[in-house]
Amino acid sequence: MLGRDRAKRDALVAAHVVAEPARCVECGICSYNCPLGIDVRSHARQALPVADRHCLTCGECVARCPRGTLRLEVSRVFAASPRIDEP
Amino acid sequence: MTTRYVIVGNGAAGATAAWTIRARDPGAEIAIVGDEPVPFYSRPGLAYVLLGVIPHKEVFSRPDRLYAEARIQRVVGRVSAIEPAPHRLVTTDGRALRFDRLLLAVGATATLPDLPGIDLDGVVTLDSYEGTREILRLASRARRAVVVGGGITALELAEGLLARGVETHYLMRGDRYWANVLDPAESALVEAHLVADGMRLHKGTELASVIGRNGRVSGVRTKDGQELPCDILGVAIGVAPRTELARSIDLPTGRGILVSERFETELPDIFAAGDCAEVLDPVTGKRSVDALWSVANEQGRAAGDNLAGHPTTYQRPASFNVTRIGGITTTVIGAVGTGGRDDDLVSLSRGDTFLWREQLDGFTTISTEGANRLRLVVGPDRIAGAVVMGDQSLSYRLQHLVRGRVDISAVRDHLLDGSRDLHAVLAALADGGASRGA
Repeated sequence: MLGRDRAKRDALVAAHVVAEPARCVECGICSYNCPLGIDVRSHARQALPVADRHCLTCGECVARCPRGTLRLEVSRVFAASPRIDEP
Repeated sequence: MTTRYVIVGNGAAGATAAWTIRARDPGAEIAIVGDEPVPFYSRPGLAYVLLGVIPHKEVFSRPDRLYAEARIQRVVGRVSAIEPAPHRLVTTDGRALRFDRLLLAVGATATLPDLPGIDLDGVVTLDSYEGTREILRLASRARRAVVVGGGITALELAEGLLARGVETHYLMRGDRYWANVLDPAESALVEAHLVADGMRLHKGTELASVIGRNGRVSGVRTKDGQELPCDILGVAIGVAPRTELARSIDLPTGRGILVSERFETELPDIFAAGDCAEVLDPVTGKRSVDALWSVANEQGRAAGDNLAGHPTTYQRPASFNVTRIGGITTTVIGAVGTGGRDDDLVSLSRGDTFLWREQLDGFTTISTEGANRLRLVVGPDRIAGAVVMGDQSLSYRLQHLVRGRVDISAVRDHLLDGSRDLHAVLAALADGGASRGA
């Protein structure tokens, strides 16, 4: 894996989606576009980070939100997970 | 003793108040009466349904299951009378609900102009779930639409109809779009995008009457005598707070139901909040109405506290909204009024506030790069307002700088003389480079 890709992957693995609820209008575009069907909207409405173990941090919800409600933030939510290195 | 709370209106303010009360008073009985049969939905989301970004069912953001889990009874019905003395309200189908405390959160309704033919089938507003489904049905077989009005909703309607393949003509009474909030260059940017998307703009054009055939819209006539054939007339000239219930029990109303900074009306145990309320700002001593989702939520939260016996004074932060107008993502925060004249709106549009139209003493600094534009209204010691169009990388920072009333006096000269990169100056401020104001 290229160093750049590794860095990007590491950044995404260490990130999770957080919301600014004052911007959220509950339109549901985030949930509708989540490839794993996570109810991102209910997290955003309640100002909860999307700490769902299924979240791929693919950024689809972040990119699609028309109100700039969501962003990827590097966090320690998943810090306890062991890092899986490629063989 | 169990307290019984009744909330009239199942919108953002009402539902948020219900959940706030539940958190404050776990043993309370809570009922929400709403006149729409469908579950709670995102009204701003209707614009995205019309655009085809999401299917219509996606807007149901707080399903009935959540109400059941929170032990909030959802009652579908229209309230016909409030009886303040016995603390009771009655619905049109004859049901009576007793309350210890009552919150009116009945919202606002789209206004229609008083013109010949306005009651014809095919005259539509982007105002409710059912109304939006009706627009979709009409758009599927319409060839041409005319839209009148202003602010955010008019463009949501016009762009939605255009996205549905309907030839859309947007009529503006004045010479530019949203002239009292946007400056001329910002209006021009929006209009250029609309034209590029295929929108037909008609400036200086005022609707005189709606022409019909067999009870259906077949065209419009303008004041200068033109006739434009169309199948749909979309109207977005503003919303009016629903005050009729309050007036029926002689509560004072102005633009909305007059309430204190704690959402109290003049009658004991009766409160009002959200788009229907005209709320006192204890700092300025003025009352204001709003039509913003975020404000409705904030007010619902504070009103819920007050109903549940936790006195909370509502102090509104600078209003802001982020939305797409003419396809351009735009953040509007605080006082950005241009003093321009906007005859397209008779009141507020949804997603709008009068406070954006305030003109404060200050200098304006503008940065334009291609299709991106940033306008800051810089006061003596803080940024009073901002319009961010296109590139939104400063939107968050400005939201916090304006709403947090952050003291900018240390960098004010840099903001105004343009000698340093705006991004760097604002980033330093937002990261705590200046002391916080009141």
